[in-house]
Amino acid sequence: MRLNSFDALYELHKNLKSLLDLRSDELQADEAKSGPRDILVCGGTGCHSAQSAEIITALREKIADAGLEDIKVVQTGCFGFCAQGPIVKGQPENIFYVQVKMEDLDEIVNSHLIGGKAVERLLYTDPRTKEKQKHYLDMDFYKKQRRVALHNCGIIDPECIDEAIANGGYLAIAKVLSGMTQDDVINEITASGLRGRGGAGFPTGRKWSFTKTSEGSEKYFICNADEGDPGAFMDRSLLEGDPHGILEGMMIGGYAIGADTGIIYIRAEYPLAVYRLETAIAQAREYGLLGKNILGTDFDFDVQISLGAGAFVCGEETALIRSLEGNRGEPTRKPPFPAESGYRGKPSNVNNVETLANVASIILKGADWYSRIGTESSKGTKVFALAGKVNNIGLVEVPMGTTLREIIFEIGGGIEGNKKFKAVQTGGPSGGVITEVNLDTPIDFESLKAIGSMMGSGGMIVMDEDNDMVEIAKFYLEFTMDESCGKCTPCRVGTKRIYEMLETLIEQKGDLETLEKLDALCRTIRETALCALGQTAPNPVLSTMKYFPEEYERYAKHEVNKAYAINPEKCIGCTKCARSCPVSCISGKVKEVHVIDESKCIACGACFTACPFQAIVKP
Amino acid sequence: MQKSKFNMEILDSCKLRELDVFIEAEDNPQGRIIHILHEAQKLFSYLPQELQLYIARKTGLPAAKINGIVSFYSFFSQEPSGKYIISVCMGTACFVKGADAVFQAFRDELQLEEGQKTSADGLFSLRDVRCIGACGLAPVVTINNRIFGHVKKDDVKGIIEEYRILAKQEKAEVAQ
Repeated sequence: MRLNSFDALYELHKNLKSLLDLRSDELQADEAKSGPRDILVCGGTGCHSAQSAEIITALREKIADAGLEDIKVVQTGCFGFCAQGPIVKGQPENIFYVQVKMEDLDEIVNSHLIGGKAVERLLYTDPRTKEKQKHYLDMDFYKKQRRVALHNCGIIDPECIDEAIANGGYLAIAKVLSGMTQDDVINEITASGLRGRGGAGFPTGRKWSFTKTSEGSEKYFICNADEGDPGAFMDRSLLEGDPHGILEGMMIGGYAIGADTGIIYIRAEYPLAVYRLETAIAQAREYGLLGKNILGTDFDFDVQISLGAGAFVCGEETALIRSLEGNRGEPTRKPPFPAESGYRGKPSNVNNVETLANVASIILKGADWYSRIGTESSKGTKVFALAGKVNNIGLVEVPMGTTLREIIFEIGGGIEGNKKFKAVQTGGPSGGVITEVNLDTPIDFESLKAIGSMMGSGGMIVMDEDNDMVEIAKFYLEFTMDESCGKCTPCRVGTKRIYEMLETLIEQKGDLETLEKLDALCRTIRETALCALGQTAPNPVLSTMKYFPEEYERYAKHEVNKAYAINPEKCIGCTKCARSCPVSCISGKVKEVHVIDESKCIACGACFTACPFQAIVKP
Repeated sequence: MQKSKFNMEILDSCKLRELDVFIEAEDNPQGRIIHILHEAQKLFSYLPQELQLYIARKTGLPAAKINGIVSFYSFFSQEPSGKYIISVCMGTACFVKGADAVFQAFRDELQLEEGQKTSADGLFSLRDVRCIGACGLAPVVTINNRIFGHVKKDDVKGIIEEYRILAKQEKAEVAQ
């Protein structure tokens, strides 16, 4: 079926709308009431790896066997609550089951679908009150969220274009093509205040206008889906949960800058996202929403997928373009900017996935609506990947200006195991740590920079009292050192030297002078590296040195005790610890107190687990 | 004339024909070289230098350039790997939850020396990978396409044992 006019699309949208009648979050029907139901099962990578595909198949079979004809099982995109996966949601009752296993399905079918009684034990338990929570909107995790970019994720089936259209998909491109000029589109996006969500926060409207005004008939609109920040997975979830939304954002951008070709540069590590995109592109082509004469106009636009091959630096736009052209992904100097000379030397515009996910909503609901969300300088919402040592791990979308405390302690449900909060790293390997004192900072591009971190792509890793900050800095430097492309010396050699200094400190072979040298080197690299990867690589070190100077000093003064010890009062000489030690540093005879050689201990903790008498003392 | 150090005979001709078809279908094989290398790795499971040379000749690119690309991107491998590829996610979320201890436990269990990636029996290859985005399951390990979430270092022995048994069973089935 090909949609040859705006009316054909509007007609289809109207006819399909009822597909989603049961899906609204606001519905909270009584589960005892029988009638048609949609059972939504999360099909994001997190839940997928926990057998959600098998759950869908089995659930469909069981429902068919029970003769429940008006119950539909739908695979949706990510609900965001990844630690609780696989997630199964019953609509219109709005009942949210977590950590569902194959063996739970009979009970869901018999008790809930046939008996009209929710399965209590599969409901989410609030980590603070220990109470079971039935409805999705009652949960702290969702209460403070506002879903703009993620509005389709967890609602529609991402592999079905009809469901996307039913929820308003492709209506924005129709609005654009039926009466907006290129400048109208750019002005709308500029007025909305939308800024690039990939890290730097450059105003999207301005970027588009640069590429539009660049000379040349051949232009490219590129979507940067090379999400390399470790611990960030918002782009992956968007591509898996709402591929049509991203395609539509690209089409609108392509129209605005005058491009007829879109390219998605995506990590090869995201096979499910690639599959969903391929499916979406094929469906959109079939409907005539991609290709020649879209919706009967003279606008042509098509999208192709290009796979990355595992290089963090390719998230930098000039490196990305080099990689697209079939080269090593090494960045080039700016200017010339991609807007002047990008892919194949032609004017090119590169936008991040999450940025594009906002575009259609802005066009449909207007710049005014969008710019009312957020802070003075940063409009709209931001998706964060909340991970590390918080209770509620997952994807959260909040208005700009929300505080870190709200995200970590309300949405995130606080620190795992009632430990003490120590720091949160934002901006991944390019960002820095934020400590207790700054937890009440309202998040936006400027405020995070002011406290020594950055927005970055939205990774948010929470650390507790057990995490060693020097080790964390070393972890990030190992990453940037590995990922340095090697083109410029400050980054290639500098990151390696920083890493070595951190290693020296951790091995307690450094001194206070090492700290001074480390600080000086970090500042030099920040000033002299060619691209953002190198310039920001020292940030994790500089920020941990700033907020946790005492941890660095303890290493510099050789005061860190890393060895385990044995409490002679409790040890009965059972020899279990000595047998479990991988480096054989525990000595002692049977039925006599054992001793750990602290110089050899690698602090692996094997003895701690092995000891039945709690005689091993942690460092 | 000096004999080439490359023995092109090692390349399976069936797979090469499949690769030829893929390359010939590309309008601009030089610009799409990364795609071609992905396909080649899919077919051959790794990219030996002989294969890189073959692709260079086929696409008209210098072999040095191909090797430059293959060595630049971490997704491409120049060494053969074991039957089961164990990937330990080293993303930040997994790291703060102890992925390094899990990685070490695999090395110990497989008795891998420094720099050694594949176990002596050729059954397992161990590698650390960049964030696979399943942070909710941290620490995460994948073995071929199967994902293990919330892995503890004490689980490692059991996981390896399961695959050793599986390999034995498969071998026995083949023998029958």
